[in-house]
Amino acid sequence: MASITISLDKCNGCTICLKACPFGAIHMANKKAVIDMAACTLCGACAEVCKFSAIEIKEDSGQKKDLTAYRDVWVFCEQKKCVVQSISFELLGEGRKLADKLGVKLCAVILGSGIEALAEELAERGADRIYLVDHPALKSFQDEPYTEVLVKLAEEYKPEAILCGATTIGRSLVSRVAIKINAGLTADCTELDIDLKERLLLQTRPAFGGNIMATIITPNHRPQMATVRHKVMQEAGIEKGRKAEVIKKSYPEEVFKSRTRLLDIVEEIGETVNLSEADIIVSGGRGMGGKEGLALVGELAKALGGAVGASRSAVDADWIPYSHQVGQTGKTVCPKLYIACGISGQIQHLIGMQSAKVIVAINKDPDAPIFKIATYGIVGDVFDIVPALTKEFKRVLKK
Amino acid sequence: MNIIVCIKQVPNTTDVKIDPVTNTLIREGVESVINPFDAYAIEEAVRLKERCGGKVTVLTMGPPQAENALREALALGCDEAVLVSDRKFAGSDTWATSYTLAAAIRKIGDFDVILCGKQASDGDTAQVGPGISAHLDIPQVTYVKKIEEISGTVAKVERMTEEGYDVVETPLPCLFTVVKEINTPRLPSLKGMMRAKSAKPLKWTAEDIEADPAALGLDGSPTRVIKIFTPEQRKGGEMLKGDTADISKELVELLKDLVI
Ligand SMILES: Cc1cc2nc3c(=O)[nH]c(=O)nc-3n(C[C@H](O)[C@H](O)[C@H](O)COP(=O)(O)OP(=O)(O)OC[C@H]3O[C@@H](n4cnc5c(N)ncnc54)[C@H](O)[C@@H]3O)c2cc1C
Ligand SMILES: Cc1cc2nc3c(=O)[nH]c(=O)nc-3n(C[C@H](O)[C@H](O)[C@H](O)COP(=O)(O)OP(=O)(O)OC[C@H]3O[C@@H](n4cnc5c(N)ncnc54)[C@H](O)[C@@H]3O)c2cc1C
Ligand code: SF4
Ligand code: SF4
Repeated sequence: MASITISLDKCNGCTICLKACPFGAIHMANKKAVIDMAACTLCGACAEVCKFSAIEIKEDSGQKKDLTAYRDVWVFCEQKKCVVQSISFELLGEGRKLADKLGVKLCAVILGSGIEALAEELAERGADRIYLVDHPALKSFQDEPYTEVLVKLAEEYKPEAILCGATTIGRSLVSRVAIKINAGLTADCTELDIDLKERLLLQTRPAFGGNIMATIITPNHRPQMATVRHKVMQEAGIEKGRKAEVIKKSYPEEVFKSRTRLLDIVEEIGETVNLSEADIIVSGGRGMGGKEGLALVGELAKALGGAVGASRSAVDADWIPYSHQVGQTGKTVCPKLYIACGISGQIQHLIGMQSAKVIVAINKDPDAPIFKIATYGIVGDVFDIVPALTKEFKRVLKK
Repeated sequence: MNIIVCIKQVPNTTDVKIDPVTNTLIREGVESVINPFDAYAIEEAVRLKERCGGKVTVLTMGPPQAENALREALALGCDEAVLVSDRKFAGSDTWATSYTLAAAIRKIGDFDVILCGKQASDGDTAQVGPGISAHLDIPQVTYVKKIEEISGTVAKVERMTEEGYDVVETPLPCLFTVVKEINTPRLPSLKGMMRAKSAKPLKWTAEDIEADPAALGLDGSPTRVIKIFTPEQRKGGEMLKGDTADISKELVELLKDLVI
């Protein structure tokens, strides 16, 4: 069983570890650090920061495994209705960098039905090799057949890393795959890098609702798996005519079996863009006063070609469906521009939008917390400012 | 119908603050609560029981104080509670957490539905639910926003997607992870609170759930956290001043490159 100890000889009582512990598990007694074993999760943050090497975490790691058989960086490419989703291009862009650092191939995996033509597109986006499985059962995402196929591919071709989008599909799929192939999986990464010496994927991700960042590795298991947040990585460019090796795999029918049955796919987002895909989001909160007020937000969004978001208060008041809610219990978005209208900026809302590139806040209360994070703040009445902005944007964009 | 609902005790996010001097997380005085998404899982479990009969068992893996979360769940209408707690679980990543919970679920035995929250507000991975179903080799439907129909052997549910939702039919037993849209949780009843007070949650150790020690805690976890740091705090920028017309012109000018 793994354990943690603090050497009383080495500890000089500097209290650095105490502040580093995200679980409040360390306190000082007689000028020495003491760990509360009931609260400690063995996360290792304290050992990392102690300048006196006073903290030691011991593991019962079995033998070091031979991981040399695992090579190449894979990207799981999502398609819907035979259209490759933009998250896949972002992953190919990032995967290219990682593969180059490691000196290995970048491989794309694509599953679907009638998708052979998509290989060309993936090659032009930088894939060196494409694993393609075409079968009617893979037409739309279903947990079990997708899992089985990805497991089979990974077992046969042994990649050292697999990247997948942190989307509803990605998070469901690879969480299941990682268990079956005994791999480590890091969620919702916003930064990836390589430790070349150990050939490790350095995976950095937000946790505690974005309040802290953690860097995570998978030292002794392969493949190293990660889901990556949408809209964070740069899309791979297109190189017309670029070619890739295509490996078409087929499997016995039982691999494609699914206990669940997909009866229908309903698309709800009509008039505006899908929130998580949107580059521009205009959001309304309780300050918009009602459905009519929120319509002003919609008009501004429309003028900008953006999507409409909302605070929970606006959703709870039934002014707009839940699918528009941004925040801890809604969607996490990462647009280039986020305009918050009549939103106070409580932490649960900020969690969902604070990684937007530019934030504009419009609020009549100069002390509203939203101004603390806004790139541009406007103190004023939304019923005044929002329509004026719509008009001005329309005027300028027409040119 | 036997329903198992998995809940996690997490620090209350409203209390999570960053020390502006040291730029570290202040945990002092931070209250522990039931993960917000798990409240919807508990409510859905109790509603399923009201709809189909049966019983709800609430399960958590955590330190001894996680018992408080279980009592809260009992007050909300769950019937039985199980705490799996052992120092051997420390350092579990989602692989080891879902292994441990799956082993506990096997010991509970008879179940038709397992409910989890969409994700926990601290670890934030959304990996434990699918992990449990993979370990148990049962079907899963994630991001469920509605259980349309359910009988003893099959269920029809709506699964939220980026564009709308999928309608999925699944045989039981099955694991669902649920989103907020699925229901509005009730408040605890007085009767429930009384019952919760005197209830005795079952407490199981690693040995009780017959888990393989090598698959537990840090030893059973493929991932390692090597660094934790606070992101640079976003700073407030410029306040635009003037009358509405000036402000609109100025802002549009500032944002022009971004929106074209
Ligand atoms: C567990 C949990 C999860 C949560 N999850 C979420 C979540 O996912 N998303 C979310 O948004 N919230 C969430 N919340 C709720 C959150 O704490 C806030 O209550 C909510 O974000 C407030 O919404 P609001 O800013 O629209 O309303 P308020 O806080 O009421 O703010 C309204 C603002 O509008 C301003 N205003 C009023 N009239 C005008 C006017 N005429 N012109 C200009 N400004 C005006 C006011 O000054 C005020 O700042 C959650 C809470 C909890 C406890
Ligand atoms: C900063 C940080 C980052 C981390 N990043 C990763 C990572 O990228 N990959 C990884 O594998 N591990 C990671 N971990 C470890 C992970 O947080 C733990 O394994 C944790 O026990 C479960 O993960 P979660 O909080 O993300 O839960 P989620 O998977 O988000 O929880 C989903 C649902 O599963 C159920 N559930 C979760 N935990 C329990 C429990 N203990 N008891 C009962 N039900 C439960 C609940 O219904 C919950 O709503 C990280 C830990 C920290 C501190
Ligand atoms: S950081 Fe190291 S030396 Fe400083 S108090 Fe902690 S254990 Fe002791
Ligand atoms: S290992 Fe992590 S949880 Fe344990 S005392 Fe150190 S920092 Fe705190």
